[in-house]
Amino acid sequence: MALALPRRGLAQIAALIVILLIDRMVSPQFFDLRLQDGRLFGSLIDVLNRGAPVALLALGMVLVIATRGIDLSVGAVMAISGAIAASLADSHAWPVAVAAALGAGLLCGLWNGFLVAILGIQPIVATLILMVAGRGIAQLITEGRIVTFTSPDIIWFGTGSLLGMPAPVVIVVGMLIVTGLVVRGSALGLLIEAAGGNARASELSGVGIRTMVVSVYVWCSLCAALAGIIAAADIMGADANNAGLWLELDAILAVVIGGTSLFGGRFSLVLAVCGALIIQAMNTGILLSGYPPEFNLVVKAAVVLVVLLLQSPRLSDLVANYRKARA
Amino acid sequence: MALKRILMSLALASAPFVAPASAAQLTVGFSQIGSESGWRAAETTVSKSEASKRTVNLKIADAQQKQENQIKAIRSFVAQGVDAIFLAPVVSTGWDAVLKEAKQAKIPVILLDRDIDPSGKDLYLTAVTSDSVHEGEVAGDWLAKTVGDKACNIVELQGTVGASVATNRKKGFDTAIAKHANLKVVRSQTGDFTRAKGKEVMESFIKAEGGGKSICAVYAHNDDMMVGAIQAMKEAGLKPGKDILTVSIDAVPDIFKAMVAGEANATVELTPNMAGPALDALIAYKDKGTTPPKWIQTESKLYTSADNPQQAYDSKKGLGY
Amino acid sequence: MQETAEARQPLLDVRGLSKSFAALRALDQVDFTLRAGEIHALLGENGAGKSTLIKVITGVLARDAGTVSLDGKEIVPRSAKEALTAGIATVYQEVNLLPNLSVAQNLYLGRQPTRFGIVRDGEMKRRAAELLAGYDLHIDVAAPLGSYSVAIQHVVAIARAVDLSARVLILDEPTASLDRHEVEMLFRTMRGLAARGIGIVFVTHFLDQVYEISDRITVLRNGRLIGERMTSALPRLDLIHMMLGRELSETTEERAVHEKSAAAPCASFTNFGKRGYIAPFDLELRHGEVVGLAGLLGSGRTETARLVFGAERADSGTASVEGKPIRLHSPRDAVQHGFGYCPEERKTDGIVAELTVRENIVLALQAKRGIAKPLSRREQDEIAARFIKLLDIRPPDPERPIGLLSGGNQQKALLARWLATEPRLLVLDEPTRGIDVGAHAEIIRLIRELCERGLALLVISSELDEIVAYSDRVVVLRDRAHVGALDEHAIGVPSILAAIAADDAARIAEEA
Repeated sequence: MALALPRRGLAQIAALIVILLIDRMVSPQFFDLRLQDGRLFGSLIDVLNRGAPVALLALGMVLVIATRGIDLSVGAVMAISGAIAASLADSHAWPVAVAAALGAGLLCGLWNGFLVAILGIQPIVATLILMVAGRGIAQLITEGRIVTFTSPDIIWFGTGSLLGMPAPVVIVVGMLIVTGLVVRGSALGLLIEAAGGNARASELSGVGIRTMVVSVYVWCSLCAALAGIIAAADIMGADANNAGLWLELDAILAVVIGGTSLFGGRFSLVLAVCGALIIQAMNTGILLSGYPPEFNLVVKAAVVLVVLLLQSPRLSDLVANYRKARA
Repeated sequence: MALKRILMSLALASAPFVAPASAAQLTVGFSQIGSESGWRAAETTVSKSEASKRTVNLKIADAQQKQENQIKAIRSFVAQGVDAIFLAPVVSTGWDAVLKEAKQAKIPVILLDRDIDPSGKDLYLTAVTSDSVHEGEVAGDWLAKTVGDKACNIVELQGTVGASVATNRKKGFDTAIAKHANLKVVRSQTGDFTRAKGKEVMESFIKAEGGGKSICAVYAHNDDMMVGAIQAMKEAGLKPGKDILTVSIDAVPDIFKAMVAGEANATVELTPNMAGPALDALIAYKDKGTTPPKWIQTESKLYTSADNPQQAYDSKKGLGY
Repeated sequence: MQETAEARQPLLDVRGLSKSFAALRALDQVDFTLRAGEIHALLGENGAGKSTLIKVITGVLARDAGTVSLDGKEIVPRSAKEALTAGIATVYQEVNLLPNLSVAQNLYLGRQPTRFGIVRDGEMKRRAAELLAGYDLHIDVAAPLGSYSVAIQHVVAIARAVDLSARVLILDEPTASLDRHEVEMLFRTMRGLAARGIGIVFVTHFLDQVYEISDRITVLRNGRLIGERMTSALPRLDLIHMMLGRELSETTEERAVHEKSAAAPCASFTNFGKRGYIAPFDLELRHGEVVGLAGLLGSGRTETARLVFGAERADSGTASVEGKPIRLHSPRDAVQHGFGYCPEERKTDGIVAELTVRENIVLALQAKRGIAKPLSRREQDEIAARFIKLLDIRPPDPERPIGLLSGGNQQKALLARWLATEPRLLVLDEPTRGIDVGAHAEIIRLIRELCERGLALLVISSELDEIVAYSDRVVVLRDRAHVGALDEHAIGVPSILAAIAADDAARIAEEA
């Protein structure tokens, strides 16, 4: 129940299927799967695997956006957590490295939540601070180098597998279930939607908005920290300059494609993840197509535009009116 | 007691004359871009050591990727009356005013690593840069020689779209392999110069080329993308360096590590030592009045697994890459 | 008056106008005729189609069928701007001018007098002052519009609209947030404009005002035209009958005196106040008692309610519940102590429009229980179904977004939100504001029922009749201070008026 697809998800699911079919057209072996070293191997798996970091970011971001906020710092938090995990990976046991990286994410989330909920700074400004400063912090940790490591336990987070599925995919599914249970299994989901829909009314109904807002920013940063560990593990190194760079924008886009309004209120975790997969299916398709890279951004923009138009209530009104006029 | 003190102060006073300096010790101000990449950090480290080798007093100002900081740094160097200014310009335009100020103060300016577009070439003494078209050519020539007459499908990992380094390294490589009909670039995509994107793009190349069986070689515009691509090949069950040849550019320590492991074949060095040739030119100019050429091209040295990669790795790893 | 108006050529002639939203027929073949120089009241319950009619006439919504003619010439405006150019101006309840610009700038926005491309500020001010003098309004036109009362803002909006060559002026609930003096001022303006031959459409919920100012009445119900009558020939009961479609005794309530002073105190506030917000007051609320707060707009009624509910933090005094002192720093504290609050601004402070009726109903209860103790979907369904039935919320669909319900049903759902928490004290701020006659009577009946069940109620209303009808005690406010209290034997409209303003009371009582 917690993860039930809402009725309004049809546009996103349809978009994902259409993009996957287009991928199949540009690359005939798109749906081929084979087992390689006990791990499923194929373009479809690549979509899931490469989409994992953005899907994780979107899982946190969707909650923040549902409260009418936004978190621009997730890319920087990825860089910080990756840098910490990489620095500790070879000198400490893996639980220590992972806990330290997630702990850094927790602190980042508390900081953002403090600025937004307690000091009342606009979310876009408040999180901009960490977006800029966070990458600097990550560079301080790595001293501007790519810190590489060999700990197989940490590397598992990026390239390992469980039951044939790549570890990042397993982690995303796990986090989706955990987030779903936390949000829909408790009253948090309802209160987030109420506060996002009308903060004043919710406050006057006795909803403790501050605590709730702080907790969604913390959750968002934790998701980002986990994504940071995956990104570092994937390349067996922490690249503070590039890890998570601009991914906050992809995460926001994923949430919006998933049908959650930037004005807060109703949200869907599953559709946010679906949004991340739509973006990645498109990226992978472009890579497979063999078009010159100069077209990447144009193609991406066009597809996003189409997906968003499909969801636009005004467009469906126009289409309905047009049909009526023709009939 | 008194005698001892006199002797000591004499010894101290004579100290400068003991050093094997050409003339008076030179003070050079270096406006560095920042530390946006490992290569940049290595350049800073090497510049320091090259300066101390020549007993030049090098003052480094980190501009954190901002032109305004570089302009401020140059003005402050001029005010301090340094003997020369090294500039690694973050952008190619907007330098006229501040370089004229340096010229009026009769302080020579030497550009490191990147060139600029000033209104007149007389605003700087010389520019020490590598030729990125040439780097591409060296990579292409190595591949052509290694492959011989066999047909070879190449996949290319480009740098960031629109970056001049990416455009040039592509151009040089294309020129080199154009002479050999058996070499063909079958796929080319951007990996944004990063490991993560290099890995992702290589994964898709492998899928698109029948599990990588039809790929004979990978050419990456930098080593970082190649490191990512090597991981992608390994995860796909391929043997990089054997099944698929690799050639990339930059010569960062991690590519030597891969060479030691037999997973990479060749890299073309973008030397971090820009300051060395610059200092030599400066000293010659100061001492003998020799005017250097407007462009000093650094060597684009080819390293392969035959060139003792372990030693190269050891010498490079301390530089801050 | 009747003869002349009848003889005039119709100024605005609407024939067979229809408009549907999906399956809902909001307007069904509606005719409407406005003659020059008349004030024409457009009446109907919430959802009758008044707003839709106005929006279709002014081009905000596209019509499905029908014609609109102005001076015998058919017009098809596609936006409010085109309607204005054609000569139809609309002034809404929320004045849509710019409060931070000066009065003069607002009047001439987009058409400032210029010379060589430079705005002639002095000329603009002179013209603005002249224009407003025609409305008997003598104010500083250089001051920001926002610094004036809502009534003056309305007159400025009307003046601007009329000056833009409007022949037809539509006033949508212009008096909803005005006090008596301000209404008078607005009515003077309306009479003056009618005398100049402008046709005025007046939409309101206040029947007294309809009889005071309108020449003619058109009633809509469920999107259909019920009838057009001369005001002077339509008894009030007949009008209500037309609006509701059923027999209903007039809502002037008989007062029933209960003996409740012996009841146990539920919540009390001592020397409770906030500097610059409301002067410290003592207030005791007992179980099963309704305390009415009476006073003019801005007298401190809502301020009292917000302080009692913790929405504003008091800086003096103490609050206690059942004799024990409590902390009251936030609505959250208040909810934990069993308080509830239905605010005046339903849309901005009450409902969460996009959430369903069910979710809106369970919101306060869920907040009270805390995040960790969620109500199961079954419990939510059960609660929603119970209150939808109890309060007769329509349509009885718990999964409909509450924003799609009429004002009266939204208000009932908000009441349900608090009743679900089983509160000990409920604060109702203007519970009948903007609600149609039928729902109005029901809400008053509900207030009485709740009180019978031992709930303590603090009710704010501008309708003195209403306060008199249900209050056991009335606290009177003036200038942000509690200035008097009337016990159950002394409650009556004249006595409340007398207490509200020693100097104004006599005159208002005479009028009433």
